[in-house]
Amino acid sequence: MSTLTHILRGNIRQYGMIIALAAIVLLFQFLTEGVLLKPLNVSNLVVQNAQILILAIGMVIVIVARHIDLSVGSVAAFVGAAGAIMMTRYDVPWFLAVLLCLALGALIGAWHGFWVAYVGIPAFIVTLASMLLFRGLTLVVLDGATVGGLPENFKKMGNGFLPEVGPDTDLHNLTMLMGIAGVAIMVFLDLRRRAAAKRYNFEVLPFPLFALKHVVLGAVIIQFTYLIADARGLPIVGLILFALIAIYTFVMSRTVLGRHVYAIGGNVDAATMSGVNTRRVDFLVMTNMGLLAGLAGLVTTARLTAANPKAGVNFELDAIAASFIGGAAVTGGVGTVIGAIIGGLVMGVLNNGMSLMGVSIDWQQAIKGLVLLAAVAFDVWNKKRTSASGGAGAEQTETTPPPPDELVEEIEQREAADVGPPGSSGAR
Amino acid sequence: MAPPILEMRGITKRFPGVLALSDVTLSVERGAIHAICGENGAGKSTLMKVLSGVYPYGSYDGEIVFEGQPVAFSNIRESEAAGVVIIHQELALIPELSIAENIFLGNETSKRGVISWDEANHRAIELMARVGLRENPLTAVKHLGIGKQQLVEIAKALSKEVRLLILDEPTAALNDDDSSHLLDLLKGLQGKGITSIMISHKLNEIERVADAITIIRDGRTIETLDVGSGDVDEDRIIRGMVGRDLEHRFPEHEPSIGDVLFEISDWTVMHPQDHGRVVIRDAGLSVRRGEIVGIAGLMGAGRTELARSIFGRSYGSRTQGTMRLDGREVQLTSVTAAIKAGIAYVSEDRKGLGLNLLDDIKTSVSAAALDKLRRGLTVDEREEVVVAERYRRSFNIKAPTVTAGVGKLSGGNQQKVVLSKWMYTEPRLLILDEPTRGIDVGAKFEIYGIIQSLAREGKGVLVISSELPELLGLCDRIYTLAEGVITHEFDREEATQESLMRHMTTDAR
Repeated sequence: MSTLTHILRGNIRQYGMIIALAAIVLLFQFLTEGVLLKPLNVSNLVVQNAQILILAIGMVIVIVARHIDLSVGSVAAFVGAAGAIMMTRYDVPWFLAVLLCLALGALIGAWHGFWVAYVGIPAFIVTLASMLLFRGLTLVVLDGATVGGLPENFKKMGNGFLPEVGPDTDLHNLTMLMGIAGVAIMVFLDLRRRAAAKRYNFEVLPFPLFALKHVVLGAVIIQFTYLIADARGLPIVGLILFALIAIYTFVMSRTVLGRHVYAIGGNVDAATMSGVNTRRVDFLVMTNMGLLAGLAGLVTTARLTAANPKAGVNFELDAIAASFIGGAAVTGGVGTVIGAIIGGLVMGVLNNGMSLMGVSIDWQQAIKGLVLLAAVAFDVWNKKRTSASGGAGAEQTETTPPPPDELVEEIEQREAADVGPPGSSGAR
Repeated sequence: MAPPILEMRGITKRFPGVLALSDVTLSVERGAIHAICGENGAGKSTLMKVLSGVYPYGSYDGEIVFEGQPVAFSNIRESEAAGVVIIHQELALIPELSIAENIFLGNETSKRGVISWDEANHRAIELMARVGLRENPLTAVKHLGIGKQQLVEIAKALSKEVRLLILDEPTAALNDDDSSHLLDLLKGLQGKGITSIMISHKLNEIERVADAITIIRDGRTIETLDVGSGDVDEDRIIRGMVGRDLEHRFPEHEPSIGDVLFEISDWTVMHPQDHGRVVIRDAGLSVRRGEIVGIAGLMGAGRTELARSIFGRSYGSRTQGTMRLDGREVQLTSVTAAIKAGIAYVSEDRKGLGLNLLDDIKTSVSAAALDKLRRGLTVDEREEVVVAERYRRSFNIKAPTVTAGVGKLSGGNQQKVVLSKWMYTEPRLLILDEPTRGIDVGAKFEIYGIIQSLAREGKGVLVISSELPELLGLCDRIYTLAEGVITHEFDREEATQESLMRHMTTDAR
């Protein structure tokens, strides 16, 4: 039991938000008398929050890189409007329009990146300007009116579902298959990671706990899949979202570019002096945010089946709140894509649950504000607590545990083979 | 004999899992300058935090008697009210505010909340006179050099009716002139009845001003030396600090020096903003393979500026001159290019320029050469661990695993991480800017050993240091720098502290 509390303590930041999300889900499941987790409602939850979650992915990266983007709501509205005009007034085929719109979003992001990275204007100001600029341009493009009559195929981006395959069961086969495959991949990857961590003598969960964690997590995913499959199957926008989460988690945690984003967020001067092209990274991060804002705009337009001059209002605030609820630090350098998604889901479930209960929009907003504050306050409190226990005087003077023998051998073999002592040339 | 002004008895302070102080005793005579020595992590700062109420009464065991009264401070306000003022290593001044505003910050002379600036400025001038600071009290602190900022801190302490002044590494960031002035000031304050406790790594300074020295090691009081008794010297203090005799403060080293590896000539660098101001003028220097070359200069002489202009022109503008690596002329206009060409620069500002304190050891080590770990799209994290583990062992970085955060390591271990990072870039020329600043004696010895082993491998090493004994002990050749001009070149044998200092202080322009 003591190992369990120790591990929970060490990872309270990581697990805290997941536990909070679970608690909120259970609370509303109870308060709405089971409506929250009805298949159709779960499906709606994904569809309704997709655009915020897409934006949150980009936003958390921007925040890790110590910037902010206030323009995403306006940019989403503008790109959505441009797409609608292309498809209705100029009869551009829908897939071409989508590609053009994504390019347009990236171009707007690059515009921000230019001012932020190469001119040196704080992103807050650059994107505040764009927030006004593109809201205005949206009105100009749409002439202040709603533009509907979009192609059917395009609308599926917002509210379509995956096609069905195989025999007619009560469930959506493809969705079920994807869910099961997802769990299998997760378990496989985690087992591999655990084996590697053990090899390096890093702390890992004891196996029973590790197994328990995966049984619980797997059950939750399968249950979620079941709920989705029991309704209409996986929404197309859900598939887009899962793909984005996978891609961006990979980029942020496994690639050189991701490392560089965390490096400049943690200490931009140290990153510069380590040879990181900080301007280029800043530029790419802002450009990427524009791209995702464009995608969010398309998804919103498709879901609402029309471009609307008031679309996307306050999207930026929701995306920023999701990032911070999910553990990103205002000072940069800290935050994960998964965290931002969980933060976004916390807000989404709150919205949805309160709507089901008939809580008015005004109160919903007030409560969301308090949740944001509470989440960040928890984080601050947690940081103080951990730094107090590990702070001054607690320099790591304790004895070092002996490293595993295989590793020692491996290192010795390497050194014998090609490198000699560290620093000698020839170490490839 | 008068009773001591301060007695701390049986002080024990625990952090979860760590016993930071164990039964520490400290007795300070009234009107003395009392030095506290110990390696980093020995518990000096923790002890001072207990004394000044940063760690409130109740969070430690033991007894503190100040001015004959048992005291139980629960925060800094209370300790300051009693006359105990601590000046931290990192100065707590607000750069944009004036000297007077800083002196009275938190202690404003006000009538019903309205500050009387005339009175404040007037009092500020008085206080500044007491510390020998001749400036306009309305000057913003950011316009002062670090030495004068330190004086502002002391004036601030004096404004609080200080009776016991605690200085944590007061001269760490100061050049010799400013340090000397500060030490004289402490002596002067002593004459006026102010008792001081001074934490310092600079043993020569301690020897110069301290009346008594308490040595702390591993959270315990080892001994208190009475400087008046005459048999206290640096070696004696070091022996107490490290618990062993340091026969030589520099490891044995047989240099084997080869051809010229690196050379600059007619190197001129302008100020980055003020393009007309010359920072480095017509500098020329060379480093041979296997050679350790020193640069001696006072603060403001342009040492760091020279080093950074070499390192991919990361400092300065309109840089002119030629640079040769292995005899070939090169143009290195970015840090990336410099690293590729085989130059590494270990900054004097470890926390500001050297490390991302949010990182762990392994990501810090790989930060400057991530491309070496790139496998297709991804970073090879297994390889990364092995690389970092190798350095952890060979440099003796004291951390349980390479996933330990660098923010919590001691200065010496952080410096070893930074060295690892640059070693992994496989440099040919390594520039070390104040490589042992703020590092305890034991770790210094290890770092000297690392530097020498790099030279033995045939690398060129350029060392910048404020500590002349360090340069004399380490380098094969030393250049002196004054006002951005290289004033002299010494061989190891002909250099002495005095001759170096003479060329560091010549009027070069």
